[in-house]
Amino acid sequence: MSAALATAEPLVRLADVHTYYAKSHILDGISLHVGRGEVVGLLGRNGVGKSTTLKTIMGLVRPSSGSVQFDGREIGGSAPDRLARLGIGYVPEDRRIFRLLTVMENLRTGLDRRGVTENRKQALLAKVFEYFPVLGERRGQAGGTLSGGEQQMLAIARAMMLEPKIILLDEPTEGLMPRMVSQIGAIIDVLRHDGVAVLLVEQNVPLTLASCARVYIIEKGAVRHHAASSELGANDEVIRQYLGV
Amino acid sequence: MQGLLDLILIQTVNGIVTGMILALVASGLTLIFGIMDVVNFAHGELFMLGAYLGVVVLATTGSFWLALLFATLIVALLGAALQIVTLRPLIGRDPLTTILATFGVSLVLQNYALWQFGPVARKIGEPITSHFTLFYLEYPWYRIAIAALSAGIIGSLWLFLKYGRYGIWIRATIQDRVMAQAMGIPVPWVYTAVFAIGAGMAAASGVLFGPLVGVNHAMGLDWILKAFIVVVVGGMGNLGGSILASIFVSLMEAYASIWVSPAQAVIASFVVLILTLLFRPTGLFVPTPK
Amino acid sequence: MSAPLLRTEGLSVRFGGLSALNAVDLTVARGEIRAIIGPNGAGKSTFFNCLTGVLRPTSGRILFNGEDIAGFSPDKVSRKGIARSYQITNILPNATTLENVRIAAQSRRHSWSLLTHHGSFRDIIERAEAALGSVNLLHKADEIAANLSHGEQRNLEIGIALATEPSLLCLDEPTAGMSAAETRETMELVRRISENLTILIVEHDMQVVMELAHRITVLHYGQILAEGTPGEIQRNSRVLEVYLKT
Repeated sequence: MSAALATAEPLVRLADVHTYYAKSHILDGISLHVGRGEVVGLLGRNGVGKSTTLKTIMGLVRPSSGSVQFDGREIGGSAPDRLARLGIGYVPEDRRIFRLLTVMENLRTGLDRRGVTENRKQALLAKVFEYFPVLGERRGQAGGTLSGGEQQMLAIARAMMLEPKIILLDEPTEGLMPRMVSQIGAIIDVLRHDGVAVLLVEQNVPLTLASCARVYIIEKGAVRHHAASSELGANDEVIRQYLGV
Repeated sequence: MQGLLDLILIQTVNGIVTGMILALVASGLTLIFGIMDVVNFAHGELFMLGAYLGVVVLATTGSFWLALLFATLIVALLGAALQIVTLRPLIGRDPLTTILATFGVSLVLQNYALWQFGPVARKIGEPITSHFTLFYLEYPWYRIAIAALSAGIIGSLWLFLKYGRYGIWIRATIQDRVMAQAMGIPVPWVYTAVFAIGAGMAAASGVLFGPLVGVNHAMGLDWILKAFIVVVVGGMGNLGGSILASIFVSLMEAYASIWVSPAQAVIASFVVLILTLLFRPTGLFVPTPK
Repeated sequence: MSAPLLRTEGLSVRFGGLSALNAVDLTVARGEIRAIIGPNGAGKSTFFNCLTGVLRPTSGRILFNGEDIAGFSPDKVSRKGIARSYQITNILPNATTLENVRIAAQSRRHSWSLLTHHGSFRDIIERAEAALGSVNLLHKADEIAANLSHGEQRNLEIGIALATEPSLLCLDEPTAGMSAAETRETMELVRRISENLTILIVEHDMQVVMELAHRITVLHYGQILAEGTPGEIQRNSRVLEVYLKT
């Protein structure tokens, strides 16, 4: 493996994690890591456990065995609100913005944390409105009235309000028009530029290979392949095997 | 004919007054259900405890307003303690367990009150004793004051939810408790706070209503039944709906008692409940679900 | 060349402005194993829901044995001979394995006698035991269903569907949440029961699809993108593009 895959002091590390939904064995010994400021992709078909991996990191699902570490400390089974305050941002599949709250109120839920000065809040808001001008335009509108693409932007902006060390992005291009896909790519670049690590779950192979330094390919709850994106092309045999038909 | 019209207008005023107190009790109940799926069977006892505390503080300080303030605060704290001790351990379990837990709490509180204060009803003196002439009646100003105060308290709650920093936390948690947690909102504490608010509002209603009836250990029972009817008719978890439903149901009862005795007029509430469940089970004042 | 068991004509489902299924013309021959695949939101579940009476199509016909069953209620569809297993296991956890299957078997032999002991309906019990045998669960007939392993519960799902004596069996992601070993077992099971049955299967596990299916239909945005043998579909560049979003 190239130097790009060196694992000194990763920000997030999963080691042999097993997770169940009732009796369903969703994660079957999954191991992966994300370095500080790194953008890493998780590819795989439906139902292989990609979303569950993110949920396990976010504390929404409790692992039954294995180790989940964030910033050097064991976080398996910790409460999600504590993890959010520690610096993990979560953007779920289907966005889940607060539909009855305005755009501004949605952002406020991440902004009203302890120890954040009013100035820093204003600066964060200004930054987010610069990156997502349409959110600024619609700041007084209820979240549920936004289009799918706008809701996706709001979901990401909301997570950015936490000033997280890593953002977990679950299928951000799902259900979006093709021209929005490049916008998502641009947003991921911005996050990397700001030093925020990203763990990206996707089924869109070109976007993932373009945005991520490394990709893991998941099948049946475990990692089947791991490579630097530079070593993989979209038509690689491995990609076809695990994602194609 | 003139007599009937006057009677209807008087009953309208009465209905609104009763409706506002009921709204104060019911909004706490519906808020608690809406945010944490808990049916609080102890709500009537919190109302009752508020009234008794009002009696005690009034006797000690001689001020009705201090009684209102302290009863509200103390019962709010008690509510928080109750939630932490009996309900927090049950989060995520079968809702039946929380029903049993709150029912158990209600039994404990009722019997505590009976043991502490005895079976004889106490009285809270009205803070405002003047009357004004409403048609042919000498109508007490106090009743108007109750309605205004209740409206004020509910209005403050609404403002807090809409504009307060923690109000946003509460509204976010009501909509999506999982994502609220993922945004760093300490949801277990939000639950405690909402329970405390609901308890405090019930206590305030108890003190406000105290002068109109006797304060005794069983006074919660009547009110909790009406409050549940109102919560269902208004739409469970729907704050605005429960307020409208409170006034609606109270008006129905007030009008009904023009022709039948008040005890029989209660049937009007049940009729409204049954019709709601038959035709608009999600609530009369809730937009029809698609 | 016998008449097809199932044929849909112009099957469409619209939710407001959204077209979940768009003029789908699909034909399944008797005895075939047909897999339906496609990316998220392609319309696979919607298709199954129309077939089994859970959803009423906006337009189009569903011809089963020549009869249009579009819009029939689920119990009517079941009596016509279409059975379905679900993605989320739908067994009765507190009943035994045999009881689960027996209830399904009973649906075919209606009786009004209230006083006869259930044990004396030998033919129903035999049918139930036969269904359990087909899914390798006969040895666990008296086990409480909740105690079965995940794979066994998923197979029980299939057994329950079989007990209704269907001519068309619809399997909705039968290997979801299964380990590799359990998946292999279920594949064997499906191959065995396909002898006298026509099977429609929605799956994401491509290995299962490629090895089991006689023919594959690929759905995309509610329309049929491609149809053919596993080999043909694997060589179809349009399908690959859609899956990899290239």
